[in-house]
Amino acid sequence: MKPAPFAYLRPSTLEEALAALADTQGAKVLAGGQSLVPLLSMRLAAPSTLVDINGLPDLDGIAADAAGVRIGALARHADVLASAEASASQPLIGMALSHVAHPTIRNRGTTVGSIVHADAAAEMPMVLRLLDGTVDVASVRGRRTVPAADLFAGPLESTLAHDEVAVEAFFPALAPGGGVAFSEVARRHGDYALVGVAALVDTEGGEVTRARIGFVSVSDVPTVVDVSDALDDPAGAALAELEPADDIHATAAYRAHLVKVLTPRVLADAIHHARERTGA
Amino acid sequence: MITQPEELHDVRLQVNGSVHEVRVPARRLLSDALRHDCGLTGTHVGCEHGVCGACTVLVDGRPVRSCLMFAVSAVESEITTVEGLTEDDGTLSPVQQAFSDCHGLQCGFCTPGFLTTITAGLRENPEPSEDEAREMIAGNLCRCTGYQNIVKSVLRAAEIEREIERESGEQVQ
Ligand SMILES: Cc1cc2nc3c(=O)[nH]c(=O)nc-3n(C[C@H](O)[C@H](O)[C@H](O)COP(=O)(O)OP(=O)(O)OC[C@H]3O[C@@H](n4cnc5c(N)ncnc54)[C@H](O)[C@@H]3O)c2cc1C
Ligand code: FES
Ligand code: FES
Repeated sequence: MKPAPFAYLRPSTLEEALAALADTQGAKVLAGGQSLVPLLSMRLAAPSTLVDINGLPDLDGIAADAAGVRIGALARHADVLASAEASASQPLIGMALSHVAHPTIRNRGTTVGSIVHADAAAEMPMVLRLLDGTVDVASVRGRRTVPAADLFAGPLESTLAHDEVAVEAFFPALAPGGGVAFSEVARRHGDYALVGVAALVDTEGGEVTRARIGFVSVSDVPTVVDVSDALDDPAGAALAELEPADDIHATAAYRAHLVKVLTPRVLADAIHHARERTGA
Repeated sequence: MITQPEELHDVRLQVNGSVHEVRVPARRLLSDALRHDCGLTGTHVGCEHGVCGACTVLVDGRPVRSCLMFAVSAVESEITTVEGLTEDDGTLSPVQQAFSDCHGLQCGFCTPGFLTTITAGLRENPEPSEDEAREMIAGNLCRCTGYQNIVKSVLRAAEIEREIERESGEQVQ
């Protein structure tokens, strides 16, 4: 099927883009289009106007330092994945991005777009949530920084207002005693995960002081569970808080099974990663 | 009911080194603009939601799904379709030759997407292992071949490219 008609604007400054979004009922941002265009073609969305942000300057940056990684709204998944600096500062970014779609989709899709698209089956919203990252958002009313914990409202629903543009996401660096790991089960590498699991641990002298697990495709929003007090049964602790759902791809029981298998494995990998980094 | 005529945009597409001036509504997918407005029907359209890969073209050298881009967004880009892979004198490119050598296609519906994807893939990794060849094509669907001969074609294309390089090296000497 083809998209329904819409008006099209391709502003060349952020100010113009923000004004257009504020002035136009039913306008939507077009970034990489890798989620939005299928929705338009299937007529699951019918915005009055698309504000194409691909012509805006200075939004494709990927900057990493000791504090963390800043990813601009037009940085494509492929460029973020290829950034050695980004993965050196926060290795979980690269670990997860290699599971986001196929390379052809990653050439066009943006990491920030994937975060604000807020798909619970997408890797990067969960990663931002697990790392306690933030998104910088601009509108005609000014700028604000939204913590990942306040970003996801429901399935495919972020808390951004319709006239706000996410300009940058910030992923905190991995702390010196920290370790991370990621694993997922999908029908093919690059397909959406049936279940994806990431772990973030802090250690001191090789002993775990804090452990959190993030889940993709289990609940209808990106979900993080603290398992610091349940290191011997992290999957049990996680399943007590998660309600795996049925869909056409997998039953709830199968998802629960994958959580049981993947959670201890990924936690062990993250602890191993931390010990390797610290030499403990 | 009176419906407004849809607004049309004048778009200058650069495809395979030529300029195509087309007048299209904003909702014209790049895949449809290539096929219907530029007459380049080598780009095939299967699913129209990014899954099958038949519509893959190179945008500034990188493989991209043309069904997930609007023609109006492609103004600043250099596009290469399967037609642009062949030499001007009709000589097949190494990847096209390899598909012919290895029986890498049956009905040919999926083939344009594989050819563009592999062309770019070999630029990034000129000597793929069999596993890497498989990974290179993992985002494209083919309902006929069972993929084995497509994997062989990737490896054969890499070999042809090496042969060409060797020959041109010898000529220089
Ligand atoms: C075949 C296929 C497989 C895929 N597999 C995966 C996968 O396994 N994992 C995964 O995570 N993703 C997957 N994706 C989706 C892909 O990662 C998309 O790139 C991503 O979800 C959206 O980014 P985008 O730049 O393409 O955004 P768009 O499609 O342009 O936009 C998506 C939504 O976000 C809004 N938006 C985008 N950018 C901004 C911004 N800066 N400010 C405000 N609003 C904005 C848009 O208005 C729209 O509502 C897949 C896509 C396809 C087609
Ligand atoms: S037609 Fe574009 S991916 Fe299938
Ligand atoms: S050759 Fe027929 S679909 Fe691939």
